[in-house]
Amino acid sequence: MKKAVLILMFAVLLLAGPASPPGRAAPWSGVDETVIEKFAERAGRTAREPFVNTDQGDLLLFVFLVAGIVGGFIGGYNFRALFPPRRRNENKT
Amino acid sequence: MMHRRNKSASNYSAAAVAATAGILIAQPAPAFAMHISEGLLPAPWALLWFAVAIPFVALGLRELQRRSEQFPYFKPLVGLVGAAVFLISCMPIPIPIAGTCSHPCGTGLAAILIGPGLTVVVASIALTLQALFLAHGGLTTLGANIVAMGVAGAYVGYGAYWVTRRLGLPWVMAAFLAGLLSDWATYVMTSVSLAAALHGGGSFSAMFSLILIAFIPTQLPLGILEGILCVGALKFVRSRKPELLKMAAAGGAA
Repeated sequence: MKKAVLILMFAVLLLAGPASPPGRAAPWSGVDETVIEKFAERAGRTAREPFVNTDQGDLLLFVFLVAGIVGGFIGGYNFRALFPPRRRNENKT
Repeated sequence: MMHRRNKSASNYSAAAVAATAGILIAQPAPAFAMHISEGLLPAPWALLWFAVAIPFVALGLRELQRRSEQFPYFKPLVGLVGAAVFLISCMPIPIPIAGTCSHPCGTGLAAILIGPGLTVVVASIALTLQALFLAHGGLTTLGANIVAMGVAGAYVGYGAYWVTRRLGLPWVMAAFLAGLLSDWATYVMTSVSLAAALHGGGSFSAMFSLILIAFIPTQLPLGILEGILCVGALKFVRSRKPELLKMAAAGGAA
């Protein structure tokens, strides 16, 4: 447990370096915006609106939440089938 | 003594939770990563990448049927790995040294556990759901995204693990390299597909290098993180249910 917490803290420290440079339009943008779309725009191609555009207000947060719940349920269900909880007697022996 | 140890552990936990919460709060909106957005690739290139991806997906589907008949636990394993790949590739991680976000792919770990062919299938399903409902990637660019995350990520991760084990090196190193190189391979492939489609009259190699260099500040640390994630997950499987790795060895690299 202590080891896991230390690893987690190390990972957070590794990630928590200097903040993003000031003046940047949208800090914490994904590399799809900062790299992919930037180069595509230079080449004269701009991203089109998705066919099913959920990126409207809080709708995207809702869809992400639902995706997390469904994905988490499927993952958890199969996890339990593969790694059933240990019985108490098993732990003692 | 026990009380002091518990207190110390809870202090560690509180500090870790606070630090993680700080990082998460600093992230104002969902942000994405390697997926090429809708409409960025011209139609001929979009079709070409579909043509490249389809045979790999078909091979993977055939493998699913064959191995499900052989091993009773194979479908739950594929389900678990599929859910993990979907969730991991939805998870933007802030990289403060770059000031951007990107996500790991999980395809290196998946390739070790279920083999590269099936990893292409689960990556395709994850990418299709993301393109349809999460405004993440695109339907026209789905082929290119499958080739980058599914094909390149899975086969490079699998190859790294296989070669490292054949050289007699420890599994920890093999798993780390599988995670690291599968992540980097995904972004190399994304750079290839973008540079090939968008270099216009300029040089392909010049544009490819520019895109790849632009990915480095974000993907260098994230690849290392993905390597660590891969080692941790494999360590868990090895300690809790090593027979899964024997099953995986029939078609995976473990």
